[in-house]
Amino acid sequence: MSDLLLKVENVGIQFGGLKAVSGLNMEMHAGELIGLIGPNGAGKTTSFNMLTGVYKPTEGTIIFNGKKTNNMSPHQVTKSGVSRTFQNIRLFKDLSVLDNVKVANHSLAHHSVISSIFRLPSYFSGETKMEQESIEFLKIFGLDPYMNELAKNLPYGMQRRLEIARALAAKPKLLLLDEPAAGMNPQETQDLMGLIALIREKFDLTILLIEHDMGLVMGICERIYVLDHGQLIAEGKPEEIRNNKKVIEAYLGEEVTE
Amino acid sequence: MKKSKIFWIYIAVALVVYAIVELLIVNGQLDMYYSNLFITIAINIILAVSLHLVIGITGQFSIGHAGFLAVGAYISAIFTTNLGFPFPVALIIGAIVAAVAGLIVGIPTLRLKGDYLAIATLGFAEIIRIIFLNIDYVGGAAGMQVDYLTTWTYAFFGVLITIIVIANFTNSRHGRACIAVREDEIAADAMGINTTYYKVLAFAIGSFFAGLAGGLFAHNFFIIQPSQFGFLKSFDILIYVVLGGLGSLSGAVIAAILLTVISLYLQDFPETRMIIYSLVLIIVMLYRPSGLMGTKEITDFFKFNKKAKGGKVNE
Repeated sequence: MSDLLLKVENVGIQFGGLKAVSGLNMEMHAGELIGLIGPNGAGKTTSFNMLTGVYKPTEGTIIFNGKKTNNMSPHQVTKSGVSRTFQNIRLFKDLSVLDNVKVANHSLAHHSVISSIFRLPSYFSGETKMEQESIEFLKIFGLDPYMNELAKNLPYGMQRRLEIARALAAKPKLLLLDEPAAGMNPQETQDLMGLIALIREKFDLTILLIEHDMGLVMGICERIYVLDHGQLIAEGKPEEIRNNKKVIEAYLGEEVTE
Repeated sequence: MKKSKIFWIYIAVALVVYAIVELLIVNGQLDMYYSNLFITIAINIILAVSLHLVIGITGQFSIGHAGFLAVGAYISAIFTTNLGFPFPVALIIGAIVAAVAGLIVGIPTLRLKGDYLAIATLGFAEIIRIIFLNIDYVGGAAGMQVDYLTTWTYAFFGVLITIIVIANFTNSRHGRACIAVREDEIAADAMGINTTYYKVLAFAIGSFFAGLAGGLFAHNFFIIQPSQFGFLKSFDILIYVVLGGLGSLSGAVIAAILLTVISLYLQDFPETRMIIYSLVLIIVMLYRPSGLMGTKEITDFFKFNKKAKGGKVNE
């Protein structure tokens, strides 16, 4: 096993009296592709929000790449190398496809506000670099023919792909995908699986994904964590999870005993 | 390369407009009444464009812009009238102090969103106004005598600098970050954009130019009074931005010109003035709910050929 990238220790969060997640323990090693599954309301997206700094955990510690990220704000977490997509697509709708990626490329160039206002040479070199890099990302996702379209005018499947492209442009080590296949037809899901495998190879990524499509999860994930009612109920290889009694109960309910 | 050429063409056109108006004023074809109209239009354009950066680009609904106008007006007036500084220096000092005021107001309030931010900024603008109302050094409620120093030249170059700075800012990675905040703050944050920093930055730049407009405004009327900077003034500026189209710089400019001219000509009908003005607003909003220009810029209309070409090559 390669080095430890993410260590989640006993993490939990409480909203008022409601314990949304508690006692979450996870470990991710560099290069792994891991699934996070569970019935609706199990706390999967809440966990994502804690990993990315949107929510501050009320207990436990999150250590990413040797640094504690508990109290960082989302943009700091992103800069330290965690990037994500959203369950309900959150593109910058009125920006062009290209600009969507450029926003995530923000930290690639370093020209200052003054340099931008006075159009100093660093502005031109910085902007050109951002543009070229962003077009490269779009090409990988086959979105380059549409780069001048507004993001909101793209068909649904492409919007999902653009969101992944944008997340990658932020140069993550760890990519969090929140239901990337939601609303996709089987063919699109198949393509998506190929795409995830491709970017993982190409960018040397570690990926954690939430997904309800069991075909996708069982097909590509190396390990799976299962959440139910805010607690981790199982962890293991896909075939172990498939036969785990607790998991089956969580999804299908308890067996009726006579 | 081509982009910078187009830029210089715009500058040339602007300078020609400037030269024609200046010539007409110098030759006496335009009397005080009209030269004053041009200066008022210029001041309103600066105000509209500066608020456009805050509301249209960064999406922060601030309705306290008159507060920063007041800061710029009073500070620059103090520096010219009481301390004897040259006018351009006083203008810059007024703008800088307004920007600092913008920072002070922006840092606590920009954590708020939507309606709450609007109310907070409105409150701060009133606080600023009441501070000036209670300082005897600047004349209190009676107002402050100010030298008449604003000329068409100052006003025009004020507009030019404002538009260039704000357009250049918008078309850089920083401007894109601000637009990202407007579009979706959570997503912008998740993409590594320091949203608080950009909100405060846009607010401070907007306040800077509001302060500049304040300096021009103060030296255009012989007297300034706190009552000129009430929340109705803030709404006037807000209307330019909304009517022009949120997110469109040229829309803000066009709306500022249009409404200034309309309200000037309506002064002949004092009884019905506000009714007609309001009707114009209602009609525009009914037929063009996203404002005169929507999110388009006037330059987009000249780019038709270029865009169509680009599309074809890629397909």
